[in-house]
Amino acid sequence: MNRRFPLTGFASLLVLLFLYAPIAIVIVYSFNAARYGIEWRGFTVDWYVRLFDNYQATAAAVNTLQLACTSTFFATLLGTALAYGMSRYNFPGKGLFQHVLHVPVFIPDIVMAVALLLFFALVRKFLAGFELGMTTMTLAHITLQIPFIAIVVRARMEDCDPQLEEAAADLGAGPWLTFRHVTLPLMMPGIVAGGLLAFTLSLDDFVVSFFTSGPGSTTLPILIYSSVKRGLTPDIHALATLIVLVSALTVVTVAWLRGRTAVKT
Amino acid sequence: MAPSAEATTRKRRRLRRTVHFGEPLPPGAHTFRASWLCGPSVLWMTLFLLLPLSFVVAMSIAQRGDAGEIEWRFTWENYARLLGHGALGFDPVQPVILLRSLLVGLVTAVFCLLLGLPVAFYIAALPRRWKGAALTLVVIPFWTNLLIRTYGWQLLLAPGGVMAKLFTAAGLLRAGEALYPGWPAVILAMVCDYLPFMVLPLYASVEKLDWSLTEAAADLGASPLQNFRHAILPQIRPGMIAGCILVFLPATGQFVIPDLLGGAKVALLGNAVQQQFGASRDWPLGSAIAVTALLVMFLGVWLHTRVTRGHKEVGLP
Repeated sequence: MNRRFPLTGFASLLVLLFLYAPIAIVIVYSFNAARYGIEWRGFTVDWYVRLFDNYQATAAAVNTLQLACTSTFFATLLGTALAYGMSRYNFPGKGLFQHVLHVPVFIPDIVMAVALLLFFALVRKFLAGFELGMTTMTLAHITLQIPFIAIVVRARMEDCDPQLEEAAADLGAGPWLTFRHVTLPLMMPGIVAGGLLAFTLSLDDFVVSFFTSGPGSTTLPILIYSSVKRGLTPDIHALATLIVLVSALTVVTVAWLRGRTAVKT
Repeated sequence: MAPSAEATTRKRRRLRRTVHFGEPLPPGAHTFRASWLCGPSVLWMTLFLLLPLSFVVAMSIAQRGDAGEIEWRFTWENYARLLGHGALGFDPVQPVILLRSLLVGLVTAVFCLLLGLPVAFYIAALPRRWKGAALTLVVIPFWTNLLIRTYGWQLLLAPGGVMAKLFTAAGLLRAGEALYPGWPAVILAMVCDYLPFMVLPLYASVEKLDWSLTEAAADLGASPLQNFRHAILPQIRPGMIAGCILVFLPATGQFVIPDLLGGAKVALLGNAVQQQFGASRDWPLGSAIAVTALLVMFLGVWLHTRVTRGHKEVGLP
């Protein structure tokens, strides 16, 4: 029996066109020479050059990268330890905590954002500190990222054969040697994939950042939002194109890592 | 001898619990390791997720003072306002937003299902080495910035934009008019955004299809349509429901798309929350709306786990 339905190929092509149309149009316009409006006035790369002189954009880029790197670093440490601990050891309330971990995955961004806004406001009022800014944003991002890393790393660990570690122990390796030379290398693709996903998550996050940011901690998504609200200058198109490229590269790397290092069963 | 056999099993079970991945561990060490490996994250999530969320729940039953300050006195008033209870009789603003959010989520899910089915079948029929690449191709747009994609739709739908020109040429739109803000623009961008959430679970269930059933159905004289209806549809139903829930949930709480493409007329739950926490400075009412959004989420996730129970877990995109 022919398992291929007629026209699904054509329909899929249309769907892909639909998925990529909004991204493609932004990329196309980043090369448009027109200063205002959306008429096509010839090809130019001026906007990319001018981007480096745009003080706001460079400051926002630095903030975004700093935020993404810091939060990803801490979230990867916490999330990996969590995934390792949860797949190996039991503790009371583990089942419940597993559900808690899925909350940030499904929760509407805005609810998470106002919850943290409210939390920081109350702590600020009754204790001290937690002025909105890079620190609060980093805390918020780590909270968003931990579950994603834990889920990806744990999925990887479930795929690995525990007998490999038992074999290492049988051959005389102590707990530390076993972890260092068997477990960690097995976990590594999961850690890298989870870390990259978390990095993209932080890079792209707008809603949570918007609510937990303060003066001087504008990130690229916040800059883009305010520019879209006010009416754009074309160098934002160039900026958006660069961001899209970075995200796409990250996703492709993750997919490649997962495919290349998949555990053969 | 029954007792000694039982004792042996018990002993063996204890052994299995203590020898852990090649490492003999007494039960105490077990708990100790769990506490320093998982403890920090458990504490973190309690402090920065559960505590803030419980503050939101507490705030939703507090009162708002005249100047926008919060008075910690118990009231159900915020929830009553969500159901349309206003100072001057029935006030439809909040209930309409709630119903509109559910409707937008539903319509988005239906369109995603219609577009996702052919894609899932096509990818499942591809040669093995192309499948991963095809799925990645579907997922890439999802991981690029939502603001940028939404802005891309603005460009496409603006007066003089590509889509607007196409519609004008087809005689559906007067020249110089835009296709946004409004409902169609919001739905379009939502479908574009959440389609990957539909394709992945659909693909997972199409991939596992037992095609011999369709052969049997065809042998028994079923038309292609009957075949699809009775031999294929029941098999992929869990994937369809899972996909619909995965699309419906985030769509109802979406903030960016209605904000940029909808205008005031298509405000959803997310926009209402932002409105109350921002310009209106009515945090208790905003919290009540947020709690409603949370309840919708819990209901959806509960349904999702019920539907996908016994099936391979549908992974994150």
